[in-house]
Amino acid sequence: MSVTTRYDRPNSYIGKSVPRPNAVRLLHGRGRYVDDKVLPRMLHAAFLRSPHAHARILRIDAAAARSMPGVVAVFDGNDIAQVMTPWVGVLTHLSGMRSPPQPALARDVARWQGEPVVMVVAHSRAAAEDALERIEVEYEPLVPVCDMQAALAPEAPRIHPELDSNLCWERKIEVGDVDAAFAAQGATVVERSFTFGRHTGVTLEPRAVIADYDPAEDRLTMHYSGQAPHMMQAVIARHLNMPEARVRVVAQDVGGSFGIKIHTYGDEMATLAASKLLRRPVKFVADRLESFQSDIHARDHRITARAAIDGEGRLTAVEIDDITGIGPYSVYPRSSGIEGNQVINLTGAPYDLPAYRARLRVVFQNKVPMCQYRAVGHPIAMAVMEGLMDEMAAASGRDPAELRRLNLRADDSYPSASPQGMRFADLSHQACLEKLLDLMDYKTLRAECDRLRQQGVYRGIGLVSMVEVTNPSPMFYGVGGAPIAAQDGASVRLDASGAVHVSNSITEQGQGTEAILAQIAAEVMGVDISTVHVVTGDTAVVPYGGGTWASRGAGIGGEAMYQAARALRQQILATAAAILQTRPEKLDLCEGQVVDADSLEPRIPLSDLARMVYYRGNELPEGLQPELIASRHFKVSDYPFVFTNGAMASYVEVDPETGMVKLLGHWVVEDVGTILNEKLVDEQIRGGVVQGIGGALFEECLYSQDGQLLNATMADYLVPMASEMLDIHIAHVVTPTRTSELGAKGAGEAGTAGAPGAVMNAVNDALRPLGAHMAQMPMTPERILRALGRV
Amino acid sequence: MSAPVQITLSINGEPITATVAPRMMLVDFLREVAALTGTHLGCAHGVCGACTVRLDGASVRSCLMLAVQAEGTEIETIEGLADSGAEADLLDAFHRHNAVQCGYCSSGMLVSAAELLAQGGVPDRATIRDHISGNYCRCTGYQSIVDAVEEVARTRAGKAGAGA
Ligand code: FES
Ligand code: FES
Repeated sequence: MSVTTRYDRPNSYIGKSVPRPNAVRLLHGRGRYVDDKVLPRMLHAAFLRSPHAHARILRIDAAAARSMPGVVAVFDGNDIAQVMTPWVGVLTHLSGMRSPPQPALARDVARWQGEPVVMVVAHSRAAAEDALERIEVEYEPLVPVCDMQAALAPEAPRIHPELDSNLCWERKIEVGDVDAAFAAQGATVVERSFTFGRHTGVTLEPRAVIADYDPAEDRLTMHYSGQAPHMMQAVIARHLNMPEARVRVVAQDVGGSFGIKIHTYGDEMATLAASKLLRRPVKFVADRLESFQSDIHARDHRITARAAIDGEGRLTAVEIDDITGIGPYSVYPRSSGIEGNQVINLTGAPYDLPAYRARLRVVFQNKVPMCQYRAVGHPIAMAVMEGLMDEMAAASGRDPAELRRLNLRADDSYPSASPQGMRFADLSHQACLEKLLDLMDYKTLRAECDRLRQQGVYRGIGLVSMVEVTNPSPMFYGVGGAPIAAQDGASVRLDASGAVHVSNSITEQGQGTEAILAQIAAEVMGVDISTVHVVTGDTAVVPYGGGTWASRGAGIGGEAMYQAARALRQQILATAAAILQTRPEKLDLCEGQVVDADSLEPRIPLSDLARMVYYRGNELPEGLQPELIASRHFKVSDYPFVFTNGAMASYVEVDPETGMVKLLGHWVVEDVGTILNEKLVDEQIRGGVVQGIGGALFEECLYSQDGQLLNATMADYLVPMASEMLDIHIAHVVTPTRTSELGAKGAGEAGTAGAPGAVMNAVNDALRPLGAHMAQMPMTPERILRALGRV
Repeated sequence: MSAPVQITLSINGEPITATVAPRMMLVDFLREVAALTGTHLGCAHGVCGACTVRLDGASVRSCLMLAVQAEGTEIETIEGLADSGAEADLLDAFHRHNAVQCGYCSSGMLVSAAELLAQGGVPDRATIRDHISGNYCRCTGYQSIVDAVEEVARTRAGKAGAGA
């Protein structure tokens, strides 16, 4: 069921583009980011990191550092290990996955350049950094294993001697008669190899933590810049051997996260351990070099894929082989297997596909750990499949839009499932594609491309049809043993003044989480949104739940909010009915009043009702509880995930002389189900598209052969700037999900999922008349010139 | 290490005198000594623009300047811009257009945008994009920021026109 918005009624907020109430203070410079906080007696941590990608630590001499002014303590891996157990980043449902225990600070062997080795805690960050320079570490360099393919060779040195190879995990899928489909008469078969480079999140606010251990209460508070406070609480408690309830995690303002700040980082964990050891607050804020060398990296795939259509153009089979390099450890607690798993689970998902074969190999290497970043695996799956679609269209003389139309799942075909076992419901691929072609005026644009080609101008159009995993159920992580909740909880209460206070376990990193919670609560409670007060991010205050990741905030936390508000509404109506001696169904809530349901005539203000309940309970009818509070939790049932779908197009011009790609147009049609706040949804899509374009054209963590990260500064690592980006046109198809009452699906990642494939297809469309083809991201000018044979 | 130095400057119209290490960067001085945490540190290399403040009327990157170099200057940070109300229309437009997500870039972005708007007229979207290209935003994709700046430029030009 979807919620129809009664725009004509006061307090109708669901579906409206309400500006975010909590954004004003950010604009006024009154944000509360972790590094803004100063605690009494607070110390500062800095880390000495391994300069080698792979080296044995023979000796650490920190005597000189210890005697530097302002230095309070120096800890190495063995010191921290006294109070903190190592962690293992495997999920049991990814069967066969293995990864050795990872210590907070390297012990014996450092396995990537940038791995923290020694920690200095001092009165200021500057003093701590000065002391780092006085620490001597003697290393015995070991052979770095950097190339993911070479790492799999039998003779490759092993990064973890206790394992028999550098393979972390392997998974195969085989459904239908793939070989027969490729061998069939009249089939058009294309095969391509793709390379997707490493990039990283570059959150503008670097990772930051303040650990505040209070020995008097045996309580540890973590001021956290991140997405999943309850997950962190469980992780910290487990590895510092404390009761979970004695660990409090507080996330206030977070300066961007995108999946980067949801993982377990050794430097942050060591900071927590140091606070416990030193019995006072310790702050650690990564500098930008440290961010590049220690924030998780993303993607890093080498893929060979092929696909076939029959004589009619119907897709008959897809086969994909993906090798992905994850650094030396699978990241805890989400594991580094999900990225590749998504690639092989989602390739071909938008289409009717009878036969599918996949192999995934997840490989250890001596580089920064790789893990989930915005759109996890999707950009790869979509770029590969959509790339093959365009190649098959070209090879069979079909229009790319036509080939998609022919093969996309029909909008009336749900529920249905893919060969990989992904279950789909409430999708609208065909409607999205049609709307997209209309929005961009595909025919005119195509004609323009063809005309300009005659004049030596190389423009191209790239289409992508896509799915996005959102609103995950416990099947994502919880089933694999990770302390990660798939449900979220919401609580709502009326105070004695009639104001509404809500709390929720989803978190805010700028998406507008708190705004949509306020919208939902205000509408259901019939109050002005300015009277709704929202709290998120604090494990001591909010209900237990998963947090914000995998595009689940609106769909799961929002639904919990909706259910909780409805419960409180019922409670209020029942109380009011008892006081007013009528029946609850005769009453409604509107503009902060209990009103007559038919006439909307005010009967009693919420403030009067609340005062009566809280102050003058003696006046309440017998048996009425003196409470105005409700909590509800929500998880997705019946489906492992709630998929969204969309269609995207990119229009580019490639300059064959310089290899430069100019973005001329970008269009997105996305079906996120019920739209709670269109402006916020659109801005998630836009921001996501631009991050996707970053990965497609600019962003790459470049390594030397021996595992040195070569471009670990913002000057050298390119992210999209305003001048290179363009206006992005967005439209929607609305198919609410059946899994909830609100019907909202997720919206945070689709832009990033689809944009790289769209841009790559557009570039290839532009290059096709020149006989060149790109299959490597980022598509830098140099690589394009190489594809053109000009360098 | 060299001896601390005393500096006096004006921040958001208030005089401040402090003794600082010669190597202290202006951004750290603003955040840690003056407790004006609205100015942010994103890269410390002069690339991202998160630390942009107004110094004697011009926008500068406070991560590239030493605190001692600010001796005798007048600095305006986001806190001053917001409190004075001088850029209230710009802040409001950023809010309405959702030109802010995580907010970490916003202080620097607003200082840069205000600098462009102070030049008067209605810059086209490409000019706005060029002007804010030294300010990275990782969240918004920039379009809403351009929308907000463009709208304020139009409104201000309209008012100036009407007043003339
Ligand atoms: S922090 Fe100064 S420009 Fe990035
Ligand atoms: S709003 Fe997050 S960096 Fe701009």
